[in-house]
Amino acid sequence: MSLRASLARQGLDGVTLLVLPAALFIVALFIYPFLYGLVLSFEPKVGGWLANYAKFFSEPFLYTTISKTLLIAIPVTVLNVALSVPVALRVRLIAKPKLLTTILVIPITLGTVLVAEGMLNYMGPRGWFNRALLEFGLSSSPIRLIHNYWGVFLSLVITGFPFTFLLTLSYVTGVDPGLEQAGAMLGARSWDRFRTILLPLLVPGILITFCLSFVQAFSVFPSALLLGEPAGSTRVISIAAYTAAFEEYDASMASAIAMIMAAVQVAIVVALLAAQSLVYRGPAGGGKG
Amino acid sequence: MALKDFRELRLDSMSREFGSLNALKGITLTVARGEFIALLGPSGCGKSTALNCLAGLMPLSSGSIWLDDKRVDTLGPEERGFGMVFQNYALFPHMNVAKNIGFGLRMQRRPKDEIDRRVAEAIRLVRLGAQSEKLPGQISGGQQQRVAIARAIVVEPPLVLMDEPLSNLDAKLRLEMRAEIRRIHSSLGCATIYVTHDQDEALSLADRIVVLRDGEMRQVGTPAELYSRPADPNVAEFMGFRNVLPTTASFEGGLSVTLGPAVLAATAVDVTVPGPAVLAIRPEDLTPRPGGSIRAVVQMAEYRGRDFYGLAVTDAGTELYFRAEARVTPGETLFLGADAPRVLVYKS
Amino acid sequence: MIRSQTAAERLWVWAVWLLVAFFIVNLLGLIATVVVNSFSTRWFTTWLPVGFTTRWYAAAWDEFQLGDVLITTFEVVGAVVVISGLLGVPAAYAMARREFRGKRFVMLLFLLPMVVPPITFGIPLATVLYKVGAAGSIWGVILANLVPTVPFVILVMIPFIQQIDPRMEAAARVFGAGTFRMFTNVLVPLLTPGILAALLLVLVRTIAMFELTFFTAGPTSQTLVVALYAAVSAAGVRAGQSVDAMAVVYMITTLAWLLLALRFVNPTQIVTRAKRA
Repeated sequence: MSLRASLARQGLDGVTLLVLPAALFIVALFIYPFLYGLVLSFEPKVGGWLANYAKFFSEPFLYTTISKTLLIAIPVTVLNVALSVPVALRVRLIAKPKLLTTILVIPITLGTVLVAEGMLNYMGPRGWFNRALLEFGLSSSPIRLIHNYWGVFLSLVITGFPFTFLLTLSYVTGVDPGLEQAGAMLGARSWDRFRTILLPLLVPGILITFCLSFVQAFSVFPSALLLGEPAGSTRVISIAAYTAAFEEYDASMASAIAMIMAAVQVAIVVALLAAQSLVYRGPAGGGKG
Repeated sequence: MALKDFRELRLDSMSREFGSLNALKGITLTVARGEFIALLGPSGCGKSTALNCLAGLMPLSSGSIWLDDKRVDTLGPEERGFGMVFQNYALFPHMNVAKNIGFGLRMQRRPKDEIDRRVAEAIRLVRLGAQSEKLPGQISGGQQQRVAIARAIVVEPPLVLMDEPLSNLDAKLRLEMRAEIRRIHSSLGCATIYVTHDQDEALSLADRIVVLRDGEMRQVGTPAELYSRPADPNVAEFMGFRNVLPTTASFEGGLSVTLGPAVLAATAVDVTVPGPAVLAIRPEDLTPRPGGSIRAVVQMAEYRGRDFYGLAVTDAGTELYFRAEARVTPGETLFLGADAPRVLVYKS
Repeated sequence: MIRSQTAAERLWVWAVWLLVAFFIVNLLGLIATVVVNSFSTRWFTTWLPVGFTTRWYAAAWDEFQLGDVLITTFEVVGAVVVISGLLGVPAAYAMARREFRGKRFVMLLFLLPMVVPPITFGIPLATVLYKVGAAGSIWGVILANLVPTVPFVILVMIPFIQQIDPRMEAAARVFGAGTFRMFTNVLVPLLTPGILAALLLVLVRTIAMFELTFFTAGPTSQTLVVALYAAVSAAGVRAGQSVDAMAVVYMITTLAWLLLALRFVNPTQIVTRAKRA
């Protein structure tokens, strides 16, 4: 009874304990595997404890996967965010955006594998897309859009843009429309309203959107295999990790690559958030006056 | 801005429809320079729609708005140059008080020293000296209200629109800010259109009150006119005539009306023929008195400081709200009456 | 809403909508080609196929053992939905109603699996699951899929629970209901719409979850999306139309649940936490 009372004083009662099963589950199947992988990455099949990392950063076939992945992920994320903001600002003004958001949620729901299969048909040399280009005279010969860099890029736009857009939309609709009206009443034209009111209030949200979208794009996997050149320009880091794990059966090396992947993602996200706190100081989110 | 020196603002059958709903039906009104107009009405009467149309935040369905001979309803809100105080203030949360107030001047690309000078003046006018570096989230509701007003008037607009600006404040602050608004208006003299559902606010602030109901103008007049002679029973009810009852009018020996067996001398508003009519009496004018002709039994009574307000029921079951100077108790029988000028009769 | 005034502004609005239209046209075109191809006899150099047939569906059903794959898929998805509900809803309740030491840490614990992409934690997770012998079986697939879905249920449910008046539960307690009975008799009925929404979203996400299933599935525990990947990546081995027939089966399975889910949730919720009201 007294133990119970002292626990209760710290806020630990029967209800609080309900959090335990889920927390233990995540510790067992997320935290533990991660730590296990981290330790395993320092226990290579051959060589000293850093052999996996040494190998990764000395073999061009391995270390270039980082730059190749960044070369896809950063432009795609920049494009998706840059397109999402103006579109979300328009969509917020329409009364019933549900049909539009429903259509946009479809590619996310279908997932990358199906989008890849669709693109192989639609964007292939005989697909409707190229056929339309030829028909309208926009091109004299089919453009190669699959089995190269652009195939992966486009697939990341098709699945990534809706994700980025819906995230942006939730931030944009969180800004009190009265603020923009107040700006208009004070003589601000639409560009001024965007620059001085909406953008500063949206920066924190856009940044989070950017980070989440980037992390998704950086971990591109099936479409890099199906739509890219997995041995060339789209040999992304996840392919390297997959090859090590399931083709070379080197769990230690695969774990090392997974850790490098995580480290790059964390580094980029931390760099962005740090840059934000340097450049922009103000209330996070926004709305209430 | 050139618009500053206008003589009058004219609304010419301004209308607004939402689908099949007529939110605003043919509002026609002329506002003189420096005049303080209150748009008064219950929620859903179209007063906020009217304000948004004036501001340019909502397009008109038909009609027009004129500043002297310049048509403004075709302009966007940013081109009209009106000031507006929003219900929730709509202060920019990422700008400090001075930046918020200077926003309109910055949008006019004024020189920096002019902006600083005029912002400082506005801050002094609304008495916010010590707060100018704070963010809106760090100051109180009353102070936010002052910032909102300062931000609207610093550009010296020809017209200031206020959308229930006091409704988010507590009762004490509301009285205080009401006095502030009156003071600021009299020191600047810019025409103001003030939307409210609170008749006390309208009566105490406005030069003229426009009563709106179901999107229509029901009455336009000075506070005194509205208070003493509402144009129709609905307006009367809204202006505090809680006793609005069906009656029969008779013109024999001056106008009188019946209430059950009782007969009251009355004043005609728009009734011209004998027969069925509607009477309106304020509770404060219906009092127990010697020779009072309405016999009623007290249902309940509450003490309001100086006197008692209560509900009584006649033999016929009619409920009457009344005032009494001495204590009354439920079950007591009273003889109520009202002076003829305070009993208004409308055609039914 | 503020009307756009200048020609440049109007042009900009047009450009934005044109962009959206372009995206949607291509998206629908992309889906339509898969559907059209799955019904085509032959389709090479024309806008539409030479003829139409349904025989690819029968072919796909046999070739890819779609019957078995569908059964596995529903077993996996069903188990994931039920278990993530059982683990997630009580945890969300505790997170919504109680302040305790380390709550921020626990919150971070639940946020991480949703933010870290599956491919990053999938490889170490699969390694551990192989070590303990769970991978390759259906249970390995279920366990791996639960890692992102349990936090997802928690994060969707927390705001939903927070908006229920705590006095309701206090009243139940005053009338003598214990924690368990209060949960089953008072909270679950109130929470049903939220739980339904969260679990439907889990369902949709799990059907489409490729990486985690791909890393942990053995030959008998493939779900539809992994089988589809195998078929697409082995293009040339099978007729394209029969791969597309399978893709259509996959699309119908996913989109049917999506449409059902959208009756209860806003599309925005599929990527974000509960929307601000």
